[in-house]
Parts: sequence; structure tokens; C-alpha cells
Amino acid sequence: MTELNDRGETLVELDKTDKRAPARRSDDKKPGVRARVRSAWGAPGRWFNGLPRPARWAVGVLGVVLLYLLPNKWFYEYLGIPLGSLYIPLYTTKTDMAGVLFYSSWIILLALGLNIVVGYAGLLDLGFFGFFAVGAYTVALLTSPESKLLTEYNWLKSPWPWLAAMPLAIAFAMLSGVLLGWPTLRLRGDYLAIVTLGFAEMIRIVAKQQDWILNGDRGIPEVAHPPGKNSDGTPIFLFDFRPYFWLVLTVIIMLVFLIRNLVRSRVGRAWVAIREDEDAAELMGVPVFRFKLWAFAMGAAIGGMSGGLWAGQANFVNSGTFSLENSILVLAAVLLGGAGNIAGAILGGFLVIYIPDWLRSVGDVFGLPESITVGGNTYDISVTSLRYAVFGVVLIVVMIFRPQGLWPNRRRAAEIEHRKKEMVVGG
Amino acid sequence: MDDELQPPPETGPPSEYARDRVPLLEVDNVTLRFGGVVALNQVNFTLYEHEILGLIGPNGAGKTTCFNAMTGVYTPTEGAIRFRGGNISGLLRHKITKLGIARTFQNIRLFPEMTALENVQVGADAHHRTSVPSALLRLPRHWQEEKDGRELADHLLEFVGIADRMHELSRNLPYGYQRRLEIARALATKPTLLCLDEPAAGFNPAEKEDLLQLIRRIRDTGVTVLLIEHDMRLVMGVTDRIVVLEFGRKIADGTPAEVGADPKVHAAYLGVPVDAA
Repeated sequence: MTELNDRGETLVELDKTDKRAPARRSDDKKPGVRARVRSAWGAPGRWFNGLPRPARWAVGVLGVVLLYLLPNKWFYEYLGIPLGSLYIPLYTTKTDMAGVLFYSSWIILLALGLNIVVGYAGLLDLGFFGFFAVGAYTVALLTSPESKLLTEYNWLKSPWPWLAAMPLAIAFAMLSGVLLGWPTLRLRGDYLAIVTLGFAEMIRIVAKQQDWILNGDRGIPEVAHPPGKNSDGTPIFLFDFRPYFWLVLTVIIMLVFLIRNLVRSRVGRAWVAIREDEDAAELMGVPVFRFKLWAFAMGAAIGGMSGGLWAGQANFVNSGTFSLENSILVLAAVLLGGAGNIAGAILGGFLVIYIPDWLRSVGDVFGLPESITVGGNTYDISVTSLRYAVFGVVLIVVMIFRPQGLWPNRRRAAEIEHRKKEMVVGG
Repeated sequence: MDDELQPPPETGPPSEYARDRVPLLEVDNVTLRFGGVVALNQVNFTLYEHEILGLIGPNGAGKTTCFNAMTGVYTPTEGAIRFRGGNISGLLRHKITKLGIARTFQNIRLFPEMTALENVQVGADAHHRTSVPSALLRLPRHWQEEKDGRELADHLLEFVGIADRMHELSRNLPYGYQRRLEIARALATKPTLLCLDEPAAGFNPAEKEDLLQLIRRIRDTGVTVLLIEHDMRLVMGVTDRIVVLEFGRKIADGTPAEVGADPKVHAAYLGVPVDAA
């Protein structure tokens, strides 16, 4: 009875829901539309959790294999899905599917990091991309032959390999998280959001303006790729997106296990306790500040890792990538997916990249007009150019009808429901 | 000093020996001001090991403020609070908890979306030393601590009598369960001093009787209890000594019998002017 299932919830809770479902069915009253939608939504999860443990593992492994297959064009051809026609629900036609998957995986990585900070510890961090920038610049500076560390200051004899730079990138990002958190984590809620927002902007503006090491807007070219050679001697990591996607996917899978270890331990309990009642948590002996700082540091480390991976693919780093929109995009991914749930962060991270890119192909698929002429002026109304507007509408709709996110943590969903009630009652 | 090391006499009411025992917590001339409001005014009292001390007074007398000063929520404006001889005023709250002072809240403040078990585990974590690195990698020592914490939590939930619903979210528990869960969570921090802030509020007589037994059992495990309570029957029944506050000032201190006979206390509760009584 006290076993934990895969999502870290107790089986007893699940028993309860299982008992409730047939009870509702036996009622004469038909369930409402909302209830039916909700029940259908949860059906795959219930099915999965109902499986015996080995079967759950098998399903999980199958799912992972499927993920590794996704970017391959032959996979779709093998399945007999005609690419570039009306009937492709998944494949993106306007952009390279492998590229879309790589960018999703990269945002997923960031979302996993931010989910620790926002979802578990409940700290609103608007400047998460700052840590990404720290990671990306660290890798760029250490591995590029054009880096001023080599050319002007002679701190390095030769550029480092990518793999050697990664631990430092993670460490520096973590350090910057601690340095930012140390003075600011005493603030709560909105105040913290403003401070972190300032931090990310600060990093971006410094990167843009200063010239003595980060090269301002000109950036740092020739960043090293991850190591590895094919059997014919060509490097694995070059211009094909697929190996990068597989690399990030592997990192994500490992991280999921590590993060799960964390959130099921005293650390996760402390974070939830802090989120629910910070004062009570502290009076129960939770070192609140220390665990907030840990949440920040863990999030920052993952952000830095994501930055390093991204730099390894992009080959070029300048201040342009670190705009505020990207910080917001990651936050949107976490909230869309469902804060406080690892699976939710993954789903959200995938969707925020995938939906806009998929919308690009929708125009072709449905033969929508590219532009419209009204009174002599031509307006561009192609889905490609409006895709972020459409995506914005999707986000708004989701937040109105499902404020807890698409795949929330059950506990977190209950909190939001609870708050809604409080507001209605006026308590 | 030798006297203190001797076992308490077997006979006589507990209050008789409590006085000769080791002071555990000393509230020494504590004044607490919020702007112009004096919430506590030169309050003095001592709590001895293994006693049950009642802290009573009319509404707004400063009882909860006194609790808050002891647990680090407020730092006294003047005076000192000494726990086992060391000054604890101004220490961080979670450090005070680790030193061995645990509390419950007048308005229940559980972690509503955590299960009863998890609530108690949070308390048990107070003394755990492993943190993020060992949790990430599930090192054996961390594993052991998690297991110990779980065992302690199971035991305490059993002890306060709510083990049957330990896997329910605490906000779904009935009121009486929530009150007892707060006590279990506080006990999980392994306190030497347990401060209960109106634990019987809203209880019916049968539940109050259960609570009375529970408080005695807690004391029997070696924990000193400080009790804020309005129910006079409960306070008189369970405490060894009583401190009475009124308007932030201590007006009486003694055994239940002494306090019950004190005209100042009667005046405070019934609103009779001191000189008329």
C-alpha cells in the first residue's frame, strides 16, 4: 500500500481515484461534458499507471525508442506516411523535422531546469535565460579558436574540446545561480521575478555592449562541436540536426531520473513545503533559504548545460539569442505543460517549439492564402508570419480553460483549484 | 548541582518536583514592541524540564506573541530567551527548531497538498544531514535517512492516532485529525520542548479528553510541553504549573490551584477591577 508509483505518488491515492471512477459510472446521471473530457484526458495516464511494473518499463522503453526514431525521414516513409501531403499530422514540412526536434529538446532541457525553480520550489524566475547565456558563452570562449582568451590574452594555449568545456559551463552557470540567488532569494514572489528579469537583461546587454572578451554583437564563431566520428571518418556532429537531437534526448533522459530522485527525497518535500507555506516550513526546521538556493543552483546548472549544448550545435554565439522572449518562452513551456511535473515540462517544451513550426506547414497543407490585398495595400497573412500570434492565442485559451497546464502535477493542480475557490469565497 | 542529577521523587504532585529541576527555557525580561504597541512587557518565566506549563490569559494577552518570540518568528525588543542556557533570541527559525523547540499553530498551518505522512516527514527531515548531492545519486546514507524518517513518521502518526489516514492529503483530513497531525509533525523534529498553541480549539469534550491523554503521553516520553489553551478545565487538568498573561504582562505564576485562587486572575478573566476583587 505504501509503494510509490512512477510519478512519486502513493498508490493509495490512485486506488481512490480508481474507486471513484466506477462509482460515477454506476450513477444514473450522465456525466457532464467537462467531466467526460477530463476523464478521457486522464485515461492514458490511468492505463499506464494500472500496468504492472515491468510492463510500464517496456512501454517507457518503447516510447523512448520512438523518440529516437522521430527525426528520421525514412521512419515516416517506412510507415507509409506521405510527406508533404495533406495527411501528415506530425512531420513539419517548412522546416527540417530534425531541427524542430532539436530545438524542442533544447527548450525541454531548459523547461526541466526552470520547472525545478518555478514548479517545485515556487520561485518565479523570469531571467532563466541568463544562465543559458552563461553556459553558452563559457563553451564558446573556451572552445573557439577565435576566442579572445586565445588571440589576445593568451590565457589558453589552444582551444579546448567541447566535452572538456561542458563541466565548466555547468559549473559557471551554477555559480552564477548561487551568486544571483544569494542576495535575491530573500525576496518573494513578484519582487524576485523583477530581480531575475533584471539579471537576464543585464547579461544580454553586457554581452551586446562590451567588446573586450565577448565580442559584442559580432559574437564568437567557430565554437567546437561535440566529439565523435562516424565509421567513415566524418564527424558525427556537424550540420545534421539528428545527432544533436539524440545527444540532448539522452541528456534529458538521464536528467529525468536524477530530478525524480531529487523530488522524491527530502529535497522535493522541502521545496513543496516552501511553496505551500514558507513560514510553517521554516518553523518545522526546513532551511528555507538553503533549499531555495539549491533549487536556483540546480535550475541554473541545467540552464548552463542547455546553453553549452546549444553552442555546440550553433557553432556561433552572440547576444542575439539571449533575448527576453526566450526566457518567457521557457516559462510559457513550463506553465503550458504543467508546473511541478517533469512530464508536463517535457510536453510544454515540445509544444512551444513544435506548434509554431507545425503551423508553418499548415498553410501549405490547407492551401491558405499567403497575403491579402485591401485597398491597394498588401498584408502578409501567411500562417508562417502569424504563427506566434496563433500560438499566443493557443496559450491564452489553454491558460483560461486549464490554468494548471496540460499535464499538471496532481498536487499542484489541486492547489490552483483551491486558490480559485478561495477567491470566489473571498477568503 | 548534585540535587539536579537526582531522580525526581516518586510521590507528590508533579509540580512539587518540577520546581527543583533543571530549567529548560528561561524567558528573561522579554519586551516586544510593534511600533507603539507593547505586545509583551517585561515577561519573565521559566520552564523546567519534563513539566507541562500552561500559558493562559484573555484574548490579546500576548500568548501567541510569546510563542512567536520563543520560536524565532519575532526577535524580542528587549530581554533574552534562553534555551538550555544559551540565548536563542535572534537565531534563525529553523535553527531554533533544530535546537529542540517545536510548535503547532493556532490556525492550522499544515502543508495542505501534502499527505499526512509527507507532512510528518518534513518535520523528520529537520535533523537529516544529507542534501541535494546525495539525494540526486541516492547514496546509501541518504537512503538510510529517508528510511529512518519514514519509520519515525509512521511511529508518530500511530502515536497521535491518525495512522489510518496517513496517505490522504492533509487538507482532506477531518479537523481533529489535522490538529493531531500538527502535533505529530512537530514531534517529528525531535523536540525537547513542544509548544502547543490552542490544540483543543473546536474540540468536543471527548476529543478534549483524548488530547489531554495525548499531552500526558508526550510528556512521558521526556518532552516538555508548553500549552496555550482557553479551556480552563483542560488547563487545570493537565498542567503542572500555569503562567497567566494579561495585556502583555505576567500577572500570575504558580500551580493550577494557586493560580485558580488568585484574585488577579479572576479579575483578568471576569473583568473585575483588581482593587475591587
